[in-house]
Amino acid sequence: MLKVLFGSQMLAHAFLGGGLVGLVAGIVGYFLVLRAQAFAAEAFTDIGFAGATGAALLGVASLAGMLAFSLLAAAGLGILGDRARGRDVEIGMVLSFALGLGVLFLGLYSRSSATHAMSGINILFGSIMTINSTDILLATACCATALGVLALVHRPLLFASIDPAGAEARGVPMRALSVAFLAIVALTTAVCVLLVGILLSASLLIAPAAAAVNFTNRPARAVALSALMAVAITWLGLVLAFYGAVRPLPAGFYIATLAASTYAVSLVFRKFQGGRI
Amino acid sequence: MSLEAENPVFLREVRIGFAGRVIQEEMTFAIENGEFIAVLGPNGAGKTTLLKLLLGLVRPEAGEVWVFGRKPRRGNPAIGYAPQFRTLDTNFGVRARDLVGFGLDGHRFGPGFPSRKRRELIDRVIEEVGAAGYAEAPVGELSGGERQKLSLAQVLISNPGLVLLDEPLANLDMAAAREIIGLVGRLRVSRRVAVMLVTHDINPLLPHIDRVLYLANGRSAIGAPQSVITRETLSSLYNHPVDVVEAMGKKFVLGVET
Repeated sequence: MLKVLFGSQMLAHAFLGGGLVGLVAGIVGYFLVLRAQAFAAEAFTDIGFAGATGAALLGVASLAGMLAFSLLAAAGLGILGDRARGRDVEIGMVLSFALGLGVLFLGLYSRSSATHAMSGINILFGSIMTINSTDILLATACCATALGVLALVHRPLLFASIDPAGAEARGVPMRALSVAFLAIVALTTAVCVLLVGILLSASLLIAPAAAAVNFTNRPARAVALSALMAVAITWLGLVLAFYGAVRPLPAGFYIATLAASTYAVSLVFRKFQGGRI
Repeated sequence: MSLEAENPVFLREVRIGFAGRVIQEEMTFAIENGEFIAVLGPNGAGKTTLLKLLLGLVRPEAGEVWVFGRKPRRGNPAIGYAPQFRTLDTNFGVRARDLVGFGLDGHRFGPGFPSRKRRELIDRVIEEVGAAGYAEAPVGELSGGERQKLSLAQVLISNPGLVLLDEPLANLDMAAAREIIGLVGRLRVSRRVAVMLVTHDINPLLPHIDRVLYLANGRSAIGAPQSVITRETLSSLYNHPVDVVEAMGKKFVLGVET
């Protein structure tokens, strides 16, 4: 059925995978923006890079490597403190160390053959055009887990993110919540990296959510809007990549550009409308 | 258990410390249902730590602490606490009513869906504190006084028997401060809720409070304002000469930093 709709299996997979990533990135991104942890999300994508390249070197599935590395990092960051807010130095250290490891693994791996060198590029920029049904299944499992946990903790998480002192007094377990959220972020970034690559994950995780809070002051609407925009950006990016230009340009370019433009529009909207949608 | 231990607050011979330093010792007092207590004292005297003690966030080094006849515990629904600094991120969108709603179910896990009953509960308490005019406004656009009213609404929505307000009057101009004090004074009568309000300036509170709890120099004194805010009591608390001057119906404490 999908094949008929999109004309090819490849396109069907790309739209399915892209929609999935957009949905989860948009929702999780809202909480990232609220907690001012955009930089932590960036670090997680780099940690995912190290995990993916390490896994490739060992001949293991790259998602397994990403999950192992980023869940470990989530636990580490959680132990460091309640919130990663303002922990720029620690996060910067971990980020550059992870990138260094990733470069090492990639160097060792791509030296062996030309196809291996190509898979390095895929990790960096994503492989949305080459994802297969196994990737889709794995991504669905990760996304369902992330959204399921988020559904359970969203009220205390929102309270703790917006009014930490009040939440602590009401008995919200701040530390546990922080670790749980970082685990959700780890799952989300792993899927993002798998589908759209390290370098573009941030544009889907941060831009739609940051734009959404400029458009509306209502938390529920902001989450819905953020997810909607992230999916729309991904799909529109894919459409443009396939049919838009005379010469096919990378989908990542369109996705990143659309994400940045959406945020720019939201800034103008906020200035004149004050976030009242 | 004695009758005193059933009170909203009952402390016996309590010592609290922080980082190896004794902040308060020999604290013994009880606060009764519906009482309005002003908590005064210089910075570092242990005002906030006392509130945290009642919230179960800080443990006493010695002595007994009872809150409604039970040991303090985290997340005690009998206590409503408005912290001193609400680090609300004003760049991001939440409306006044979202903030109040946190007091109702913000600590609950599980999916949780909006309902009419929830909406009505929030509307009612917003009405009660006189914040109906800006219930839908983003918090970032509200004044300090308006935020304090919402803070009160957030605290009251869970129907606590004891309300702890940590410096609700800081950064408010005199008119806004008087409005908040009047509101707290009315609410504690209509709801029969005990209130402990931490402040630096006792004067606007004088017509409304029952007693003053004064913390200084590791010790404390509690009683009616006219018996606590005196040259004798404060000089003995601070352990050096302090004077209290009355002028234009106000009390001024001289010789210390408050």
